[in-house]
Amino acid sequence: MSAPRSRRRFNDQTASGLLLAGPAMLGLLLFILAPFLIALALAFTNLRLGSPLPLEFVGLKQFQRIFADPDFLQALSNNLLCALTVVPLQTALALGLALLLNRGLRGTVVFRTLFFMPVVFPMSLVAVVWVLIYAPGPDGMMNGFLDLVTLGAWEPRDFLRDPMLAMPALMLLSIWQGAGFQMVILLAGLQQIPHELYEAAALDGAGRWSQFRHVTLPQLRNPLVFVVLVTSILAFRLFDQVQIMTRGGPNGATTTVMYEAVQAVFTRQQVARASAMTVVFFLLVLAVTWLQRRLARQEREIG
Amino acid sequence: MNASRLGRLGFYLALIGLALLFLAPLAMMLAGSLKPNERVLVEAGTLSAFVPVGASLDNYRAVFERTDFLRFLFNSIFITGTVVVAGLLVNALAAYAFARLQWRGRDLLFNLVIALMILPFEAIAVPLFYGVSILGLRDTYIAQILPFIANAFSIYLFYSFFIGLPRELEEAASLDGASTLRIFFAVIVPNSKPAFASVAILSFLTWWGSYLWPLLVTIGPEVRPLPVAIASFYTLPPLQWGDILAFGTLMVMPVLAVFLMFQRWFVRGVASSAIKG
Repeated sequence: MSAPRSRRRFNDQTASGLLLAGPAMLGLLLFILAPFLIALALAFTNLRLGSPLPLEFVGLKQFQRIFADPDFLQALSNNLLCALTVVPLQTALALGLALLLNRGLRGTVVFRTLFFMPVVFPMSLVAVVWVLIYAPGPDGMMNGFLDLVTLGAWEPRDFLRDPMLAMPALMLLSIWQGAGFQMVILLAGLQQIPHELYEAAALDGAGRWSQFRHVTLPQLRNPLVFVVLVTSILAFRLFDQVQIMTRGGPNGATTTVMYEAVQAVFTRQQVARASAMTVVFFLLVLAVTWLQRRLARQEREIG
Repeated sequence: MNASRLGRLGFYLALIGLALLFLAPLAMMLAGSLKPNERVLVEAGTLSAFVPVGASLDNYRAVFERTDFLRFLFNSIFITGTVVVAGLLVNALAAYAFARLQWRGRDLLFNLVIALMILPFEAIAVPLFYGVSILGLRDTYIAQILPFIANAFSIYLFYSFFIGLPRELEEAASLDGASTLRIFFAVIVPNSKPAFASVAILSFLTWWGSYLWPLLVTIGPEVRPLPVAIASFYTLPPLQWGDILAFGTLMVMPVLAVFLMFQRWFVRGVASSAIKG
């Protein structure tokens, strides 16, 4: 290391700074920033691997094409549907779990561990196991369970091949796997709320529900905004379950933007088209992030 | 029985009911992995799905006979281990430079790191795949390791921890004439164990379970990690659910054991990811 003791040492550490940050910055530039800029650039070309056509700048043509493609539009609406369903349901479940665990009951750590456990499972394993859970006919576990809780009123269904049920089926295992992650974050948020706030509210005659609305929810705003953001982005990244369980079917009922992009680049070598899709995907993520920043800032102004 | 006791009983019943729902898929996997293949599907819809009647280790033997399980396990451990360990070093050093050193270009580069945090991997997967194909690096460890060592979010997590360490820590050491790198290893690292644990756990969970990228870049089984291996084992005829569940159990047990031992750290690691702007 060439960081000699010199008089300049305390005001100029440029050499050390660059040297220490160098490897990480090089990695980020080479493998994150450069590919992203290339994706942006490729989205405006006609690049297709192994195609005899010369590389050309085609302007917005790829974007026009994908937005005229019913498969892509269906994928986009599936992603939106997934975000709009999974985010509120999973957040509500996670909040419920966190509130239950925050009551100081005995055995809290055991329950917290159990609810968090699916988070350490690789999604591909979860997807394969849930294919068995969704097995069609009365033999299937989900069919058996629904038969039990509806006291025999449930007609066995083939969840993953039913256009109405395939997407909800994928959503359910996302919720099962992800709720523990959110729960842990919300629980940490709950534990940071000062007790005095509840005592003051109780003195003012606030009941449980009123305390929840006027103390818990406002105090929990930042963690809530965070988990909603993360879950929304995960909903847009949806891929593993789709690829393993349904391959986008039946009739495109479970296809997603990432699944379409991977199909384009992987099976058809349409690099430019896939790039345009990932740019759209990135803009969606950017919009969600922007929304989160706005919501978080608002909180700071109020607080 | 008074109201609060009744209330507590209600909470416990709710917790136990929910815990059973969260546990059911795991219990089914474990029980099914021990059953004869042909009974797994038949009994899946009944309570016997959770009872391994006639338990044997035949399915586990079949996993080792039908697949190169140890190879996949080694690949997963090697790839994830290298990414996590190299990532800890590279990203912590960068965060240290951003948080504790004065240098030209620092603010500009740090703003770049913050901006890159919102870029999800999927947004760059296409050109990265294209680049890897052109360089002939498909089906290599390099393609699965090198691009993921530097990580903007890890840098940010380290940064927010380092910035909170008291200045006096370094002052004594620098008066003794310790170099910048020496201060990092002798002073910063020993005082930042929670940050290292959090980053290690978060990146471990990310790369251990990652599926999309290894699916794209691996062609044969040589460098394939477990998540891709189980997905392709599941499509390998004949479909034997007992074998698949045994594969899944073998795949998740080591991680589950580590998780149960260190669950407090996992929980902290995940919770710390939320403590950001």
